[in-house]
Amino acid sequence: MAFKVATLRGRPVVSMAIGVGMATGLYGLSFGALSAAAGLSIWQTQVLSLFMFSGGSQFAFVGVIAASGLGGVVPAIVSAWLLGIRNGFYALRMNGVLSVVGLPKIIAAQLTIDESNAVSASQESESDSKLGFWLAGGAVFVFWNLFTYLGALLGSSIGDPGTWGLDAAAAAAFLGLVWPRLHNLQAGAIAALAVIFTVFLIGPMPSGIPVIIAAPVAVAIVYALKRTSLKKYLEAGGSRG
Amino acid sequence: MDKYWPAVLVASLAVYSWKLLGFILPAKIAKNEAVVVFANKLTIALLAALFAVQTLAAGHAVVLDSRFPAVAVAGLLYWRKAPFLVAVLAAAIVAAMLRLLFGWQ
Repeated sequence: MAFKVATLRGRPVVSMAIGVGMATGLYGLSFGALSAAAGLSIWQTQVLSLFMFSGGSQFAFVGVIAASGLGGVVPAIVSAWLLGIRNGFYALRMNGVLSVVGLPKIIAAQLTIDESNAVSASQESESDSKLGFWLAGGAVFVFWNLFTYLGALLGSSIGDPGTWGLDAAAAAAFLGLVWPRLHNLQAGAIAALAVIFTVFLIGPMPSGIPVIIAAPVAVAIVYALKRTSLKKYLEAGGSRG
Repeated sequence: MDKYWPAVLVASLAVYSWKLLGFILPAKIAKNEAVVVFANKLTIALLAALFAVQTLAAGHAVVLDSRFPAVAVAGLLYWRKAPFLVAVLAAAIVAAMLRLLFGWQ
């Protein structure tokens, strides 16, 4: 972690990491506002940004709480936990890149998120790869927490969240999180299946449960389809389109 | 409000546990393409399912209220490569205006 300031000057990875940190940090504003509107205190909201520190998981947690209240805490925890899996894979990669031990390892683990992994992965040299991780992770952490606090102040002072369209903002936030991942036909199919199953489960299932059933089922079906002749059919259709 | 503390802390630890696990397990797992692909698929499915609930659920009912046109506007903006915050803000404004001006829930 010992990078001298002088060695930072003029390295493209620095401006990239800080830019990503500021841009991502700004979403913290919407997270903070939604969390406070969901009924969490400013401190609870801040603890989520400090210790959970993973946007998708945080939005999932407060989204389920907003819809289900205290009865929804178990599905809220499970949804957040399942969305955190991908950080585990980033962490496997970063462990190889950073080779850290002790406290730096504990901190590196916490800073392992979509953005720090992406900035690190896009560097060519090994030292830029390390630097990109620490700078992007650190910048996102600082800005994300700062804007979470501002958002929570805002969200806790506006009364009924529906009047301000905050429920629609939450829906749009999830769309924004899934959007960049829909880069091919199969990703689109998984998302569509997950939406359809969720819609059918909203009525019969306890609140919060549809998500944690529909998502694995959608993935399982896509794996099952790959094993059948339907795969060839879809591929033929995809190439014609 | 205080009743949420255990859930906030457990969920935070649960999410952190994946990160720490990745730094403890042997790195060769990351090179297993199938495992990485599975994690990506599950992430997409979870986010899409959460999107569906946030857009369409009202308790146990599936409804088309003002969240729907609001999200459509956000989708249009994402498609036009608008920043996240712009799309989210636009969705909030659309829903708020529809409620204020037309009383549409």
